Amino acid sequence: MTDDLKQLQTDFSQRIAEAASVADLRAVESELLGKKGALTQLKRTLGDLDAEQRKQMGAALNEAKNALEAAIETRGQQLRKAELAAQIAAEKTDLTEFLSVPARGTRHLVTQTWDHLVDVFVGMGFTVAEGPEVESDWYNFEALNIPAAHPARGMWDTLYVDYGEPETVLLRTHTSPVQIRVMTDQPPPIYSVMPGRVYRRDTADASHMPVFHQIEGLVVDRGISFADLAGTLEAFTSAYFGGAIHSRLRPSYFPFTEPSAEYDINCLFCQGDGCRTCGQTGWLELGGCGMVHPNVLRNVGLDAEEWSGFAFGFGLDRLALMRHGVDDIREMYTGDVRFLEQFPS
Amino acid sequence: MKVTLSWLQEFAPFPSDDPVALGDVMSDLGMAVETIERVGEGLDGIIVAKVLALRPHPDANKIQLVDVDCGDGEPLQICCGAFNMSVGDLVPLATLGTVMPDGMEIARRKMRGEWSNGMLCSGRELGLGDDHSGIYILDSSLSLGTPIATALSIVPDVIFDLDITPNRPDAFSVAGVARDLAARLGLPFAIPTQTVSTSPAQQTAKVTIQDPDLCGRFHLRLIENIKVEPSPRWIADRLVAAGMRPINNVVDASNYVMLELGQPNHTYDADKVSDGTFAIRWANEGETIETLDGQVRTLTGHRDGVITNSKNEPIGIAGVMGGASTEISESTTRVFLECAWWQPLAIARSSKFMGLRSEASARFERGTDPEMVDFAAQRFVSLLPGAVLTELSITEDGQLPERLPIAVRPARVNQLLGTSIATDTMKALLEPIGFAIETTGESFTAIAPSFRPDVTTETDVIEEIARHFGYSKITPKLSTSTQIGHLTDRQQKRRALREIAIGLGFHEAMPLPFLAPEDMANCGLNDEVITLTNPLAAEESVLRTSLRPGLLRAVAFNESHRSFAVQLFEIGKVFRRPTTATPLPDEREHFAIISAASDSRELARTLAVLGTTLGYDISIDQSRPPQGLHPGRSGMLCVGSVVVGQIGEVDPAVIEAFGLSERVNWLELDLDTLLALPASEHRYRAISRYPSSDMDFAFDVPEEVSAAQLAQALRLAAGELCVRCELFDVFRFPNGRRSLAYRLRFQSTERTLTDEDLTSARQAVLAAASALSVNLREN
Repeated sequence: MTDDLKQLQTDFSQRIAEAASVADLRAVESELLGKKGALTQLKRTLGDLDAEQRKQMGAALNEAKNALEAAIETRGQQLRKAELAAQIAAEKTDLTEFLSVPARGTRHLVTQTWDHLVDVFVGMGFTVAEGPEVESDWYNFEALNIPAAHPARGMWDTLYVDYGEPETVLLRTHTSPVQIRVMTDQPPPIYSVMPGRVYRRDTADASHMPVFHQIEGLVVDRGISFADLAGTLEAFTSAYFGGAIHSRLRPSYFPFTEPSAEYDINCLFCQGDGCRTCGQTGWLELGGCGMVHPNVLRNVGLDAEEWSGFAFGFGLDRLALMRHGVDDIREMYTGDVRFLEQFPS
Repeated sequence: MKVTLSWLQEFAPFPSDDPVALGDVMSDLGMAVETIERVGEGLDGIIVAKVLALRPHPDANKIQLVDVDCGDGEPLQICCGAFNMSVGDLVPLATLGTVMPDGMEIARRKMRGEWSNGMLCSGRELGLGDDHSGIYILDSSLSLGTPIATALSIVPDVIFDLDITPNRPDAFSVAGVARDLAARLGLPFAIPTQTVSTSPAQQTAKVTIQDPDLCGRFHLRLIENIKVEPSPRWIADRLVAAGMRPINNVVDASNYVMLELGQPNHTYDADKVSDGTFAIRWANEGETIETLDGQVRTLTGHRDGVITNSKNEPIGIAGVMGGASTEISESTTRVFLECAWWQPLAIARSSKFMGLRSEASARFERGTDPEMVDFAAQRFVSLLPGAVLTELSITEDGQLPERLPIAVRPARVNQLLGTSIATDTMKALLEPIGFAIETTGESFTAIAPSFRPDVTTETDVIEEIARHFGYSKITPKLSTSTQIGHLTDRQQKRRALREIAIGLGFHEAMPLPFLAPEDMANCGLNDEVITLTNPLAAEESVLRTSLRPGLLRAVAFNESHRSFAVQLFEIGKVFRRPTTATPLPDEREHFAIISAASDSRELARTLAVLGTTLGYDISIDQSRPPQGLHPGRSGMLCVGSVVVGQIGEVDPAVIEAFGLSERVNWLELDLDTLLALPASEHRYRAISRYPSSDMDFAFDVPEEVSAAQLAQALRLAAGELCVRCELFDVFRFPNGRRSLAYRLRFQSTERTLTDEDLTSARQAVLAAASALSVNLREN
């Protein structure tokens, strides 16, 4: 029996060492230690021996079992390690080998600019108001102190629609009618911006579209002055364009504001040194502004002695074009994906 | 409007050294400088030379050899591309080393083997007008070798092109610009007086203003001994610099006075109005007149004004254009000169509706200076040497605007401007620009000058104070909003919609809202449209009632540029005729998605994402296929019974009409309708700690029963313990039948489910399916 044990130990030690895989090793283990395993069966023969022999043989068997189990564990670790290494080697993948599918769309440049502007003004305590794109003559002109046949009507080429009496319903030529709607709908104080789409009877070219976008601002409160207008525009300018860019106001004329001004900013390209974009002046003309005209306040039923306010407005498309160096406004409106996907956001 | 520095300097001693700085001051006064052009510079080195001989170039026929004498008697050979000069002519020669105004330096060079020792110049090369057709031939009395600037008395000048706003009629003249500028710079300003003697008139005249609401003042003079001929150089040069074309001395003098003093004026051949009878009235409806441009115009009653003769025939359209019957000609020797003040709104209306805008009407409609008429007439005569101003002088007045004292409260000025300007400073700012000031205690009154009809209120005066004080000297103050800035619910939802669409791979497009008339029909839409009454082009004459035509065009544009499988979205307004009378059309905001990359079912899945995010259970009703969509692959979108949009594949006929090759799928939501409905609020539901059980069912489903319909029935039958019901497999048998497999998950928040729970749920689910004639798949 001792010989049998020795033989078994020698045989299995070799088979454990030779096991080529974890599965192989499990098979060997089962043949050795399973219910019908060689060692289990040898153990069963112990009962035929006398007490002294059984004690000696039992101890020998245990020793052999421990040695073989340790060998199985060691070999198992070796094999598992090798198998993991083989799996990892086999699973090497080229991570750049994926199909080109557009993952995410893009917001339109006008929307990106719109949202950015709105966010700055919301941060300055302004609400955001909107109004209809098809407007009445009253909101677009009359209430804004631009009566019929007023020479200033020539400042806007208006598109009219076949609705209502002739030339009474039109595509709004500016976002200013929303000022009237806001002042009619709510009592002051008013701190609002009004972004929106506007229309002019203009032939499309590199810098003009019959449809474009503006943002308008309106503040009506007690004691609002021209200095507040200048301060608000300066604060907006540095928040939106960055601290290095400043604003200036120049006298101008709009029927719905007085005093009226042009709102200029330092040229974004030369920072004021003078370049081709700004015509060597160092300044870019951004839009118009001024103190709300007393007639406009009266038209919405406000006492021009008690309340005063300022308004400003500028084009949104041009900001989008300038920021990204687009030289033809028409490109924004064709829906060409080769254009749209250039501006992810 | 263009003004030259030298002309401005006739009214105030403006410095010549820094035109850019002077331009900045003009801009700061609200007369925005658009361009500054320097003229008459770069002429050093150009001299008077005489053509001695003209010889053909031996080796070229587009240039010839010209021998010239520069005064030293030595012939100098020049190669020249012009052939308009003859032997003996005096011509301008740019000598070697001259740097031309365009920067080119003249050097000795060989042209096709022949030496050229300089360049003969055209008018354009000298900066004298636009003529480049030949060499500028000089007056034969000039002496050879004289610098051209001396010979032609050319002085360097600067032309400012100003953008004059409509509220500044005064600045529509050289004198007005000078006045404003001099006031700011503290320079003395004066309009030079002129002495024009008068002689007795041989005839009489009569002016009658029949309609005083049309004409505020009509001033008539008779001028004799006129000889129509070309204007002297200096007048012609100034007109050219101002952008006008010289015609003859009479027309030029008229234009000169208008440019200089802002007073448009008109000359009648006195022999063609021989009795000197002028009447001013509104036109009669349908009355006709042949105007100076040779056109016969039909006038509108009480809109256009006319000047008539003794036969009550129109001889001019008030403030707009003169008549042909009294036009001056070469043989004219006597003229009646009209300097009038017309009602600005009348001229604005008349010129606008007649489509006749002129330098004169532009000034009249902004309001001219009624006190300028007599001075302008004298200035006119002073520009015509030899002409005799007769004593015949008639001034008739109609209704002129009253110039009332305007009460100005200094406190109000400072309150509105946010300044602390002293009262005396305010007055000192106003007086140099013509305001008459009278002090009344703390306040003062100001009477606007006659050339500032735009200033009638205190606010108008405040603007003048601010303008001359300088906007840049008003210290900016950051007004702190008393409101809380925020976006409205709609504005936030719009941003959410964009995020979803972008996240799903759609690009935002913004097609124009204008359509061609046939676009609607091509799209399969037959809504009643709103049309532009004055479109620029027929292709842009209809307002859209759907976002579909615009986005289909965008997809077609992309296809034509080989961009396929395009996915776009848009949020924009559509316009409909309302069913009930409202002041404005029915204008709604729509959201639409167009996809050439996915099928209609995938788009329905996108819809589910949108619905879930916005909090709406949007169902598809395929029993009502929308216009222009594939009838078998489309449906109305509903929340409950309310229609909120459409979904489906675009009808193949529409695809063909838009010239598309790909199949295109469509989803459009009416946001005004949808977002007005109550949305579910995404309330928290407790997450169960008890185990869940899944149950799978594979049904044999006829096409008449929709997958959503079945799912809804199953879920309803499964009861409250069913927490999820998902379609997880679709299989079609070769015979066309389809199998839909659903997985239902059951779970309680209070207990572990029992076998009885599941068995009864299973029976209920099967019964519900059976009620729709849907049975378990047999295999």
